[in-house]
Amino acid sequence: MTDGDLILTCENVVMDYDGFKALNNCNFRVHYNELRVVIGPNGAGKTTLLDVICGKTTPTSGKILFGKGINLVGKNAEDITKLGVGRKFQAPSVYGNLSVWQNLDLSVKRPSKGVFPTLMGRSSPAERARIEETLETIGLSTHAHDRAGALSHGQKQWLEIGMVILQEPSLLLVDEPVAGMSDKETEQTGRLLTALSEKQAIVVIEHDMDFVRQIAKIVTVLAEGTVICEGTVDAVQADDHVREIYLGRAKVAH
Amino acid sequence: MPEQPVARPDSRETMSLYLVGLVLLVVLPLLNVLPADDSWLHLSDFRLNQFGKFLAFAILALGLDLIWGYCGVLSMGQGVFFGFGAYCMGMYLALQIGTESVYGSELPDFMVWTQVKELPLFWYPFKSVVGGVLGAILVPVLFATLFGFLAFRSRIKGVYFAIITQALAFAAWLVFNRNETRLGGTNGLTDFKQALGFRLSDPSTQRGLYILTVVALGASYLFCRWIVASRAGKVLIAIRDSESRVTFSGYTPWMYKLFVFVVSAGLAGLAGMLYVPQVGIITPAQIGVLPSLEVVIWVAVGGRGTLIGAVLGAVAVNYGRSVLTNYFPEAWPFILGGLFVVVVTMFPDGLLGMIRKVTARKDTPAPGSNADGRAAA
Repeated sequence: MTDGDLILTCENVVMDYDGFKALNNCNFRVHYNELRVVIGPNGAGKTTLLDVICGKTTPTSGKILFGKGINLVGKNAEDITKLGVGRKFQAPSVYGNLSVWQNLDLSVKRPSKGVFPTLMGRSSPAERARIEETLETIGLSTHAHDRAGALSHGQKQWLEIGMVILQEPSLLLVDEPVAGMSDKETEQTGRLLTALSEKQAIVVIEHDMDFVRQIAKIVTVLAEGTVICEGTVDAVQADDHVREIYLGRAKVAH
Repeated sequence: MPEQPVARPDSRETMSLYLVGLVLLVVLPLLNVLPADDSWLHLSDFRLNQFGKFLAFAILALGLDLIWGYCGVLSMGQGVFFGFGAYCMGMYLALQIGTESVYGSELPDFMVWTQVKELPLFWYPFKSVVGGVLGAILVPVLFATLFGFLAFRSRIKGVYFAIITQALAFAAWLVFNRNETRLGGTNGLTDFKQALGFRLSDPSTQRGLYILTVVALGASYLFCRWIVASRAGKVLIAIRDSESRVTFSGYTPWMYKLFVFVVSAGLAGLAGMLYVPQVGIITPAQIGVLPSLEVVIWVAVGGRGTLIGAVLGAVAVNYGRSVLTNYFPEAWPFILGGLFVVVVTMFPDGLLGMIRKVTARKDTPAPGSNADGRAAA
């Protein structure tokens, strides 16, 4: 793959929290339609990396180029969302008092999300079809009219992934999707993400190495705010530096 | 709403709503006019007028419910917007007194005794009823737009917003109390005689005002219901549930908060406008910190996040007050406070939640089937 295929380029990104550098000259690149997994010990800056990309926080310095060279640094979260970056949070964040359908309906990509268009808005048949299709993809068709707050933890995670997909992002950022899921749910989530990566680039943060093995082609290892290694799962696990970091913290990546 | 083959709680609730509307609009005024004064069916002028006042309060409660119950933003300054509406109407009514006043001057009495020789410029628009009515809605709306813009755009949220709106209520109370404000100081505006040629002391005028209030409440209710049933209404609930998710779905939450805050201010102004001619007086005591807090209690008691609950709470609490203050005038603040504590801790869904629980248990064996999600009514 050549540099022309890059959807995301982070150049020397620094995120300084009063002297603590959560990201320290971080260089990170993702290609179109790639499923990339980011691993690293606790406090390595994985979530911070997603935060600076999606506009939740503004990096202290550095450049984040998205798509055809748009610099995301300094843009607010709403605008970055509109440009096509979708974010799935670690803790499921869905609208508990709305139905599954309503959760998805609010998330559908629309030309305007201002107050008055939204006040007058009605779902078009095409939009309804897309919601049906997404319900199918995330396996919640039979729960369309249930209250989202009543779903299980795993179902909430899938719902949120569905909500993000409906925004039609070209880059999807997913933070620890399988934490707290059963084995079966984990496997289903893996299939879901793999299927989605055919249409968009996905960056997944994950701890669960079995899950990483299931979905990852290329893994990026982050430690102390910088990328220390990148490659296939096997190559990364064989890397001495990586082993040292994990073992040094008495935490073995099995 | 489409007809349902089986009476679901929603359609039944809509039916009972129409019924209540009919009773308020037609039956109560008829009971006031038709039966002889000593008949047990007779509704006295006093009671009808009192009920009109409660229904004006219900409009105020609807506005707060929209912003607090649905969007989760607690405004403790609704009394200010109510006061703006009430004072705008009051200024019109005060100018209608004309030479009937105690001092026989064209100027309102308080201006005579505070040595104001000429009508201040800002009073001029209120010489006409159009100025009074438009002012009662537009002044709160414009003020809320400005205040809300500054507060919400700076991402002021939660308890901080509650505190600055309470500070606003206190500031407004101080300003309205001053004679220099030229709005009657502590005594406010009162001693109104007539509006559009109708004598306010005439029972038929009061009946007309009562009917006007019922119509205004009905229209406000339908307007609020339209908002909460729309997609934007769902965004309001979404903001309450997870504001960051809303942002990352491409919405700008502060604009929605501003919108709903402005709507609530307009409703409060409307309520104030209807209150003044029925009660005959407006003073700073009606617009400060305490009256603003009381609105919060009405909505909490009635059931927040349900429009009917807000109306129910406003009427029930105020009716309770009118009855109980007859017997235990000193105890009322304690009763009100106690009621608030009991409701918030034991019945978070308020009166309406209790009613729904009871009626649902009777008809459907599976409880919770008509739960929270369906907050449209």
